[in-house]
Amino acid sequence: MINAVGREIPDELLEDGQEVYQGKFYMDGKYVKKDSPRTKRYEKPLESKLCESIREACEKCGAHDGMTFSFHSDFRNGDYVASMVAKVLVEEMGLKDLTIAATSLGSAQDIIADYIEAGKVIGIQTSGVRGRIGEVISAGKLKTPAVIRSHGGRPRAIEAGEVHIDIAFLAASTSDYYGNAKGTGGKNNCGSMGFAVPDSHYADHVVVITDTLVDFPNLPATISSIDVDCVCIVDSVGDPKKIATLEARMTDNPRELMMAENVANIIASTPYFKDGYSFQTGVGGPSLAVNSFLEKHMVERNITMGFALGGMGSAICKLQDKGLVKKLLDTQDFDLGAIEHLATHPEHNEICTSQYANPSNKGAYVNKLDFVVLAALEIDTKFNVNVITGSDGVLRGAPGGHPDTAAGSKCCIIVTPLVRGRMATVCKDVVTVTTPGDCVDVLVTDYGIAVNPLRSDLIACLDKAGIAHVTIESLMEKAYSLVGTPDDLEWEDQAIAIVEARDGTILDVVRKIKPLQLD
Amino acid sequence: MISRPKPQKNRLRRTMMFMNAQKPGLIKDAYIYGSDSIILDLEDAVAENQKDAARFSLYHALKNIDYGNTEVIVRINGLDTPHWQEDIRCVVAGGADGIRIAKCESAKDVKLVEEHVLAAEREFGVEEGRTILMAALESPLGIMNAYEIVTASPRMFGCAISGGDFRKSMHVQIVKGGIEMLAARGQMLLAARAAGVQCFDTMFPNIDDMDGFQAEVMQNREMGFDGKSIVSPKQIRFVHETFAPTKKEIAYAEKLIRSFNEQADAGVGVYTVDGKMVDIPFFEDARRILALAKACGVYEENL
Repeated sequence: MINAVGREIPDELLEDGQEVYQGKFYMDGKYVKKDSPRTKRYEKPLESKLCESIREACEKCGAHDGMTFSFHSDFRNGDYVASMVAKVLVEEMGLKDLTIAATSLGSAQDIIADYIEAGKVIGIQTSGVRGRIGEVISAGKLKTPAVIRSHGGRPRAIEAGEVHIDIAFLAASTSDYYGNAKGTGGKNNCGSMGFAVPDSHYADHVVVITDTLVDFPNLPATISSIDVDCVCIVDSVGDPKKIATLEARMTDNPRELMMAENVANIIASTPYFKDGYSFQTGVGGPSLAVNSFLEKHMVERNITMGFALGGMGSAICKLQDKGLVKKLLDTQDFDLGAIEHLATHPEHNEICTSQYANPSNKGAYVNKLDFVVLAALEIDTKFNVNVITGSDGVLRGAPGGHPDTAAGSKCCIIVTPLVRGRMATVCKDVVTVTTPGDCVDVLVTDYGIAVNPLRSDLIACLDKAGIAHVTIESLMEKAYSLVGTPDDLEWEDQAIAIVEARDGTILDVVRKIKPLQLD
Repeated sequence: MISRPKPQKNRLRRTMMFMNAQKPGLIKDAYIYGSDSIILDLEDAVAENQKDAARFSLYHALKNIDYGNTEVIVRINGLDTPHWQEDIRCVVAGGADGIRIAKCESAKDVKLVEEHVLAAEREFGVEEGRTILMAALESPLGIMNAYEIVTASPRMFGCAISGGDFRKSMHVQIVKGGIEMLAARGQMLLAARAAGVQCFDTMFPNIDDMDGFQAEVMQNREMGFDGKSIVSPKQIRFVHETFAPTKKEIAYAEKLIRSFNEQADAGVGVYTVDGKMVDIPFFEDARRILALAKACGVYEENL
């Protein structure tokens, strides 16, 4: 069946009432019956939940073949815990037919690629997939199609029981022996642990893994002892160098600065840019630089930001310290400055992914977002964005909060260079749709700006402010004139990954790539 | 193949951005930053044993990249080097708009370049006279001969002082306030205005010192320069903002022209506007300001 973004979804994926993507807000107003975990009672006072080893914790939680295990990615690419636990489950305990449900998977978890190839791990559900795991999935080695969901789509699916977690293994920077855990105060801090919270509420069993045991009670805690079965102490939960950089570096690349300045000018040209406005961006080159250009506009207009949302870096924390941002609502931290800031600043608040972006709860923060500035691997002339597959069709990216913030915000701005090496970023059709074009409003490239024709109101704002813009088709033509028009990728029939829209419908599928053959 | 429109001697040149002609990553799309002109450099930026490679890169860039409305000037090697003749052939064959003559010291230098440019235009079938010229004045002798230099050829559209070499030959360092080059800047400006060509200031080398850069740009405007050599896209916006006529200047120019039209109809020559005496030269200047404002994109009326 062809869905609302023109993608052919195989019929065999549409059993049990599964629907294809119908356009944004299709599920609005519908009711959902929430899943509930089956949890063990701890009535008799227990001195401690400490286990000797990860294996002991697994055994206490009844780990067996066919189970679904979850991990969180607030330790980002520095995480040791997911690999450590997977090794125990597969190599020490000899378990098989496992499904991994993680908030993201990358090169820190490359060992799981081996278990996929060995047929031990048969399912992957994640909000991001990079490194070798992406390559083996794309090569068709995972037994069932991987399911890729946004940061908001994941807690939605967990709450709806579409993914039921048997045991959640949650890395934490500190914990007490009862399981009150958080991402600050330890040897290896990640800051916000917002990714881990839904798992702690909906998994049947929860194991906290930390390298810093602190006195009871470790409050305020992100993970509450009332949800935790076991606590394990390990030497180190992660590599601090890869968990967070010292400070996400502000670019001095003139191309990126030019794009960032244009983004800030566009924001300042809209009626949403007023006292108390809200904003989210990432830490990629041009995105991060938008912060400093926005500062100028805020000072000029004498206004402040009501709240900044999502992942945090030092730049936005410094804006808060200058009194230009009232609240930070933090799902993950990109650098040590932001981690430290979360621990010390009272208006820097940790939030979970369901609060952040879940489209089926009663009011996610993305729905209060005025502006989001996002990157893209590709964007097509329908404004559909791909952030999952590379130009070779291999899984190597993460939707993260991209589709959620794009749908929730009043103005979604994509900032990306027109070409990367020989690859056109602005193209006729993206390889994989991860954020539908009806949620994307403005594209800023180094060669020009394009506004989604659906947003005639924004076009008028830009015109009034004297900000030049062109059609997205002309940007695509410029890109192709520079680097050539690429041939279509060649696929086999097998769907190796399902890209779920945030509302649970199917947005796209990724098929197995046909190995390149040179004549 | 790209064919560029015929170069104009008189056009907006607030910023002339230097870049190494040998660096494809720089020159492939240098126009996106919006500087009025770019200067692709075959001289100091290119190592002695890379001159040939740089010419090759430059020629193909000129033939294949559409620089649109951005003027493309090439800085050729000095006339005391073995490179400049081949540089000229390359520039003309590629179809660049113009040439910046490095270390120019006399009318003879200009005429020598002009001769080779004409020969190259004939060799490559380029319209004769198409390639325009400017002089970089880098020595006291160049400054002393500024007027004969800028009037040596009808192809000449302007001159620029080149601070690095000039300061060395004067035994001075860059000084806050610019007193070390005040006389040279002033003399060059006089020569350029006397000849009716444009005049550009030297580049500011310390990219991270935005305060120093801005002070110099403001002084440039106060002295009457038409534009400035720059070395980073980060410097463009401030120069363009500074060289554009202010709202106050535009409003006054409009008032002058409106009143002039009224007074001329009534047969009056000299009269007062806002308590100040004005006559014909004021109106010519007012027209220049409005034309500049229009070119800078800060004025849209048709007066």
